[in-house]
Amino acid sequence: MSNSPFPTQISTEPRNSRAESPTALARGNRPASFAPAAAPVPGEADALARAQAGDHQAFAQLYSLHKRRIYSLCLRMVGNIAEAEDLTQEAFLQLHRKIATFRGDSAFSTWLHRLAINVVLMQLRKKGLSLISLDEAMEPAPEEGPGRSFGAPDLTLTGAIDRLALERAVGDLPAGYRLIFILHDVEGFEHNEIAAMLDCSIGNSKSQLHKARLKLRDALRISPQQEVGP
Amino acid sequence: MIDEKSTMSCAEFQARMPELIGSGENAANHPHVQNCELCRALLADLETIAEAARQLFPVVEPPEKLWAKIESAIKSEEDGEGSENSVGLLQPH
Repeated sequence: MSNSPFPTQISTEPRNSRAESPTALARGNRPASFAPAAAPVPGEADALARAQAGDHQAFAQLYSLHKRRIYSLCLRMVGNIAEAEDLTQEAFLQLHRKIATFRGDSAFSTWLHRLAINVVLMQLRKKGLSLISLDEAMEPAPEEGPGRSFGAPDLTLTGAIDRLALERAVGDLPAGYRLIFILHDVEGFEHNEIAAMLDCSIGNSKSQLHKARLKLRDALRISPQQEVGP
Repeated sequence: MIDEKSTMSCAEFQARMPELIGSGENAANHPHVQNCELCRALLADLETIAEAARQLFPVVEPPEKLWAKIESAIKSEEDGEGSENSVGLLQPH
């Protein structure tokens, strides 16, 4: 993640304003740009219909409309540019194979988004990464026990997190933790949706997300002074 | 009668945090948090992280060459030459 392709600027809300929305931890923080129920993309319906009928130009148009979201999704889930390109390619290849089966039960963008997530998950499984370990989730290692998370007030986060530091910390998370953190806190999926996608229990999803956040907190507290800009 | 929630230890509260937070309850209103500076700080930190996550990984443009690769792979499949890994997909780098 050190060669992050993303811009480095980050802004954070003051802690006082967050106090007005205490459910930020619980809800799927679905950013508007990733909202599965987003408003229809202009030109999408026509391109979709033509692409389903085998029109290559229309498929190219669908690619243009959705390439940024899908590529960005792949990139943040795997943290590797080359892999993200391959996964984006695979996602659109699968889209080409399956587009005729899309019936409009959900928004096309939602359907494509999930298709891409499944492509990434399949890839991670092929690489032998254990996404979820129930034992690990339910029985924390001794060094991860609750007491370790106690934060003396002078060691808490300042409320201004450097984005690169956080991205790096996310990249260092174990695969299962990272996936759930990305899916919930970045992509905005709910625990029941994540549980269905990863074939785990809702409790497991909640537990893994909590541990992921604790690990990130630890990572950010270790070297915050190196990362926070002037 | 003593409120069990307010007398629980930090360890007990933190063990219940995943379910408490995940269920959508406002953990900040929990009696233990009201009386415990450490757990209040922990909760605030986790909120900070969750909020910051929303700004992670902004949408970026894929390389222009990617469409040509996809187009080529589609053509290969349509010509009957393709397989799922015909364009080197899902191969570790």
